[in-house]
Amino acid sequence: MGPLIVNEIISPNTNLLIAMLIGIGFGFVLESSGFSSSRKLAGMFYGYDTTVLKVFFTAAITAMIGLLFFSLFGWIDLSYVYVNPTYLTSAMVGGAVMGAGFIIGGFCPGTAFCALSIGKLDALAFVGGLVLGIIFFTEGYPMWEDLYKANFMGTPTMNELLDIPRGIFALGLILAAFAMFWVGEWAEKKFPREEY
Amino acid sequence: MSEVKKTKYLNPYVGGVLLGLVLLAANFVSGRGLGASGAIKSAVVTTVSSVMPSHVENSAFYTEYKESHPGNPMKSWLVFEMIGVLIGGFLSGAFAKRLKFKVEHSPKITSKRRIMFAVLGGILFGFGSQLGRGCTSGSALSGMAVLSVGGFLTMAFIFGTAFALAYFFRKNWI
Repeated sequence: MGPLIVNEIISPNTNLLIAMLIGIGFGFVLESSGFSSSRKLAGMFYGYDTTVLKVFFTAAITAMIGLLFFSLFGWIDLSYVYVNPTYLTSAMVGGAVMGAGFIIGGFCPGTAFCALSIGKLDALAFVGGLVLGIIFFTEGYPMWEDLYKANFMGTPTMNELLDIPRGIFALGLILAAFAMFWVGEWAEKKFPREEY
Repeated sequence: MSEVKKTKYLNPYVGGVLLGLVLLAANFVSGRGLGASGAIKSAVVTTVSSVMPSHVENSAFYTEYKESHPGNPMKSWLVFEMIGVLIGGFLSGAFAKRLKFKVEHSPKITSKRRIMFAVLGGILFGFGSQLGRGCTSGSALSGMAVLSVGGFLTMAFIFGTAFALAYFFRKNWI
């Protein structure tokens, strides 16, 4: 039955309408969780506020478990769900550049839009930077094209890589997430600070 | 600090479950995850195409992009989703009375310094998101939900690098 668009249960235009509704949910949850504050987001990296860790990993495991059960019940065909391709080099280098951008700028693209929507001007500056960074990438593309396409591995998933059943990997990730939540709660007690 | 701190925000675990359900809905309806940086790229491509059409024809990037993304780049899933993010964020901010124009920064630094760092961080994040084929939403979060190796790798490098560099930028935040 799912994904609805692939199985032509909804039209392409309905898909775009639903994209907007999903975006509204996305923006609403980010803002209510405090992701519109750069100092709250940055708190993650100093231990005084680990909201990012908690929201991010809770969301990842919720969606992962949801997909697993939907697939089990035959509600969704996972072979039609987009799996991000793995380009080993660019995933690591790109991730490292984004990490530097995160600690320097205090946002990621999604949270910057969310902060912009409630009037944060530092988020507006960050979005301006995003545009410049993207133009820099597209204009200089021949210079990093090799790096961008290096070490393509196809679309492997973690359970395939480790050669274990999907459910076992999911269970391991849930346990790892719980361990991280425990560390997060401990860090917030150890490095207490007023909430921003 | 033993007293219970009151928070003006949603419980992070509740927020996480809700965000996970939004992501699940995106996969169930549209067969894809969430994203953010891709929408800005659509806007960049559209602007450059209309302002400098001859440049687009001679550019390696745009030639590849047009081949893999036929049609109008603004009529894309991510563009509509990001319009939704602006509406959703605004609504949440309105309900919680957080709508206000301001530059948020540590009292130790000036607004000007904060803005300069925000632009610099944005440039890096924008560039990195193109190289890494997606940002925290599109590559890390959505990739993890579908167990993509690339998604996990990008997530580890985003958070790992930010932790590794945190010490040098502490004055900006604490």
